[in-house]
Amino acid sequence: MSEQTGSEDTVIRVRGLNKRFKDHVVHEGLDLDVRRGEIIGIVGGSGTGKSVLLQQIVGLLKPDAGQIEVLGQSVRDTSDAEYRALRRRWGVMFQDGALFSSLTVRQNVEAPMREQLEISDALRETMAGIKVRMVGLPENAHGKYPSELSGGMRKRAGFARSIALDPEIVFLDEPTAGLDPIGAAAFDTLIRQLQTALGLTVFLVTHDLDSLHAICDRVAVLAEKKVLAVGTMEEMLEIDHPWVKEYFQGPRARAAVGAAASGLA
Amino acid sequence: MQAGQDKGRTAPQASLRSQDQVIILSGDLVIETIETLDGEFGDATGIDISDVAHLDTAGAWYLLQLRQQVSDTSHEIAIRGASAPQRQLLETVRQNMPPEEALDERPVTLFDRLEEIGRTVVGGLHIAIEMIGFLGQVIATIASLVFHPRRLRMTSLVHHMQEVGLKAVPIVALMAFLIGIVLAFQGSAQLRQFGAEVFVVDLIAISILRELGILLTAIIVAGRSGSAFTAAIGSMKMREEVDAMRTLGLDPIEILVVPRVLALVLILPVLGFIADLTGLIGGALMSWIELGVSPAVFQSRLVANTDVWHFAVGMIKAPFFALIIGIIGCYEGLKVGGDAESLGRLTSTSVVLAIFMVIVVDAVFSVFFALVGV
Ligand SMILES: Nc1ncnc2c1ncn2[C@@H]1O[C@H](COP(=O)(O)OP(=O)(O)OP(=O)(O)O)[C@@H](O)[C@H]1O
Ligand SMILES: [Mg+2]
Repeated sequence: MSEQTGSEDTVIRVRGLNKRFKDHVVHEGLDLDVRRGEIIGIVGGSGTGKSVLLQQIVGLLKPDAGQIEVLGQSVRDTSDAEYRALRRRWGVMFQDGALFSSLTVRQNVEAPMREQLEISDALRETMAGIKVRMVGLPENAHGKYPSELSGGMRKRAGFARSIALDPEIVFLDEPTAGLDPIGAAAFDTLIRQLQTALGLTVFLVTHDLDSLHAICDRVAVLAEKKVLAVGTMEEMLEIDHPWVKEYFQGPRARAAVGAAASGLA
Repeated sequence: MQAGQDKGRTAPQASLRSQDQVIILSGDLVIETIETLDGEFGDATGIDISDVAHLDTAGAWYLLQLRQQVSDTSHEIAIRGASAPQRQLLETVRQNMPPEEALDERPVTLFDRLEEIGRTVVGGLHIAIEMIGFLGQVIATIASLVFHPRRLRMTSLVHHMQEVGLKAVPIVALMAFLIGIVLAFQGSAQLRQFGAEVFVVDLIAISILRELGILLTAIIVAGRSGSAFTAAIGSMKMREEVDAMRTLGLDPIEILVVPRVLALVLILPVLGFIADLTGLIGGALMSWIELGVSPAVFQSRLVANTDVWHFAVGMIKAPFFALIIGIIGCYEGLKVGGDAESLGRLTSTSVVLAIFMVIVVDAVFSVFFALVGV
């Protein structure tokens, strides 16, 4: 992937982002850089605008002010054709799956390929099958409809759809929320595995301290309408801010650190 | 349009190096390009991908396919020259290759078709039985509410009466008015041939009061409110609200179904009455214009010649039609599953089935009233 021009390894660059809904200000002067090949964890209290940030980066919501560049191209001021080409290079998994309920799991994964690629039906079906297997869904789940799947299986199916086009970046909105701890850990492993295998950059919105410890290279904290701090988990422990302290040093955080340490041992 | 072009893909090349029988691949091995490769290679001793610029999942799949194709059965040849990430990708894809044997599809036989017909018939019977059971449940709930009137949701009942009743008045009135006009117009054209113009009053009165007023009202209400019931209850079912109610000890039949059905049963006779009235007005107006039958003559002939039973027959049918529309609408709504498609499908089923059943029951009533002689 060396053909990238400009800033070699910053794949997402957000500068001075402002966003408000009526008189409710969500973001004000938000800056964020995401580097190629990393897994960045986005944390923040409920309602601090993590999902809104994600939606603005992928162009679903229009920011009020500020620049957003993904893979060296502005998301806002592009022609339709450029945006379509850009969109093909990322995959999104929404907070509540957003699978197409009238399509089976495999058809869901085929859907973006059908839209974006001109390839034979046989190849498309084979590739969709491989993607569904990659996310660890059992063979009998391929032909099932989303309503016939458990919550965890739906998340996996959503993940399979987001990597359908072999994207460079995947945006995952709380992939492990609502999963049991074992399922969540398995999902973390899956993300890490596919991240290295497919060379992905992962934009991971999460509340899950275990995920942060286990797989995130860096963490960005959203608070006070902007990115308050970015850094590794160790660096987060140094930060002197009440919410950050509470979050990374509270009882649950200590438990997660312990778990991560024993997992390494 | 093609998304691949803007990234400047180089077409992949495949060739066999003759001195050591190694397949050399170069260019971009990605999903858009691999289908342009048509290599039929004989036995080879290796695959070299050091010149491959991009490799994605599909490219990896292609390589593994190719390896299988050119390897002899005893041992697999090596894929050389892969970078570390490429090796990892190949390994991941290898673990997730599609199973060997594709499922062969059996042709559909006559026997299968017979079985399908049988299943459809039995399925239909089951639905009929279930629906009758549901009707019983609703009636039982209504009966228990008679003894505990405080449990009846008055707000909800009034709300639904407004929705299905008051808001339907304009459309129902207009429809009946136009039907009255059409009947008078067509009837007068025929009756004039016999010089029996004045019988147009009987024609209009009997057909509207006895049949058309209430039947057409029921059909409009089925289309308006039956579908709305299914859609509203169905989307609640889809978001698990109905299950949530059950776990909270609230009875969905009491809360969702009874107010709707009761509202319909109370309001459909009123709508039918309005339809009768406007239908007669439309008929009278047209008779006046077309035949010169003055409103006073129309009125006196209507009162003198039309038995009140014609009106009663229409009104007696109204609550039954209401029950059919309400029960079918709510039943189909409660049958909605987790997916959006079933909501749409069941909403249209609900309307079609309700209209069909209304007409069937109307026919049964005709026979019944003919037998009892009114
Ligand atoms: N379409 C919208 N219209 C109005 N307000 C909105 C809209 N979308 C989001 N908001 C508001 O923006 C704020 C941020 O929402 P967002 O969904 O990004 O939160 P979040 O950080 O993802 O929270 P959670 O962790 O609960 O998912 C919330 O206060 C929400 O009420
Ligand atoms: Mg969110």
